Amino acid sequence: MFEYCSEPGILATFDWFSCYLTNGKHLLFYKSFALIILLLLITAPLAIFLGLIAAVGIKSKNFLLRIISKTYANIVRGIPDIIFFLFIPITIDQVIEFTRHKIKCQDIIGSVWQGNDFIVCNIAKLPLNSDPQWIHDLYGFSLAILSFTLVYGAFAANTFYGAINSVPQSQIDTGKSFGMNRRQIYFSIIFPQMWRYALPGLSNLWMLLIKSTPLLFLLGIQDIVFWARELGGSKTSIFQYPHSDWRVWYFIALLVFYLLLTKISENIIKRISNKLYIPI
Amino acid sequence: MYCETTFDNYAFRSLGLGERILPKTDITLCDQIILIGSGIIWNLYFCIIALTLGFISAIIIAIIRNNNYPILTRVTNIYVFIFRGSPLFIQFFCAYEIFVLLPKIGLDINLLFTTITLQTSWLTKAWLGALIVLFLNTTAYSSEIFYGALKSIPKHDIEAADAFGLSNYIRYKKIIIPTMLRNSWSSYTNEAIFLFHATTLVFFSSFPAWGQSGDALYYANYFADKTFNPFIPYPIIAAYFIFITLILIIIFKAINVYFNRHLPKERKRSINFLTNMIR
Repeated sequence: MFEYCSEPGILATFDWFSCYLTNGKHLLFYKSFALIILLLLITAPLAIFLGLIAAVGIKSKNFLLRIISKTYANIVRGIPDIIFFLFIPITIDQVIEFTRHKIKCQDIIGSVWQGNDFIVCNIAKLPLNSDPQWIHDLYGFSLAILSFTLVYGAFAANTFYGAINSVPQSQIDTGKSFGMNRRQIYFSIIFPQMWRYALPGLSNLWMLLIKSTPLLFLLGIQDIVFWARELGGSKTSIFQYPHSDWRVWYFIALLVFYLLLTKISENIIKRISNKLYIPI
Repeated sequence: MYCETTFDNYAFRSLGLGERILPKTDITLCDQIILIGSGIIWNLYFCIIALTLGFISAIIIAIIRNNNYPILTRVTNIYVFIFRGSPLFIQFFCAYEIFVLLPKIGLDINLLFTTITLQTSWLTKAWLGALIVLFLNTTAYSSEIFYGALKSIPKHDIEAADAFGLSNYIRYKKIIIPTMLRNSWSSYTNEAIFLFHATTLVFFSSFPAWGQSGDALYYANYFADKTFNPFIPYPIIAAYFIFITLILIIIFKAINVYFNRHLPKERKRSINFLTNMIR
């Protein structure tokens, strides 16, 4: 990165670290921190939106809608989230490829599952083999966002369901006596007030979401855990480094990063709840 | 019944007993159910031991944090902050890397008449290393729950105890700790469920599954990779987890009834499961 790094004499001095920490691989490592933040910023609103829909669905008069939303909201209580993170991406991937296979390659007869393999024709693959790398990355990242949204949407649904129930019944009755319909009651009475009751649960959810971001690693995305293992190890699948095992230092750096992230979030949440005067 | 032979071969495969080679081709439903069920043993092992030890140490740490000891309180506060503020996944990675760096031969501890060799290599194995991390993690979370409950114990309860002239030990045993447990049991139940779910992370975070003996998710993932069909192994493991979570809830509910046995009906607390998440 720096010009003096090209001189071999630098190896013996302490300045070498400034060169080491700014080499190309490390810059990719730093970029993956931004990826985590990006994931958080995209997932949180989506999960809140999905949770809101599911919470209203639980209160719905339609029997089918109620059953679906209830099952969705309750399923995360009994099953570890990591199972969803492993299950959802591969499932969605297979569903998409299966449909594309059925549409695009109608001439190929025979099951997609052959023995222990899942085989679709080449043009049904998503992303296509010929696509550039960034499309593959984007596809993987979108699947990750989808899985996080689905899991944390279910958590949010529970929070919102509780919050909707916390809005005083007398206010809803007042709305009814004014002749409001269901939609009007939701939009002008429940939704504006619900947030105060939902905030403690939502802030908890935000913390939960932050702490589950390292699971991106399991989805095969080159995130901070991936780079920490790659850069820290003395010998990895791709490279062999002259230094000894430094992984512990990289992971301690990640630990500090997460501690900072949760501490900052905690302070911001405290400020917001002080402003809103949370009744709980 | 062909399932019986599978049972004989794989029921305790996760402990390294039975057939050595995992099924590779012609994987039947029977194989999947039994092998994933065998992995559950590890999840239960981690959950039960970490929860039991963590329960005791969490109470101690909560009491330390509630009393203002000059250094001890500070240290415990930092400990709780680190373990609650960072993801368990990263904690596993960190701990594993630290354990790996420890000297391999083992530490000799001289006890005058005899020397004990601490096997440091055990720390890199999941059964001890991961257990320590889970124990420290659940201690931090539970102590935060208990600490919150300690702070909200009514002042006059303690004053009444003082007025009766109870000694410090009796006061804690008869008044403070029972009230604390009763008030925090709902949150603690959720913590227990979360810990049970967190045990699935162990074999995905550095800790190697020696001889392919891993936990339930390890085997579920193995089958999903081998058959390329996620629709069978993952619902099986999900069913196992729902079932055990329900048992966990029944046990904790029974304990809750025991804690509340002296109270009039309208003051009894019921547990809201995972409605208010504490993690």
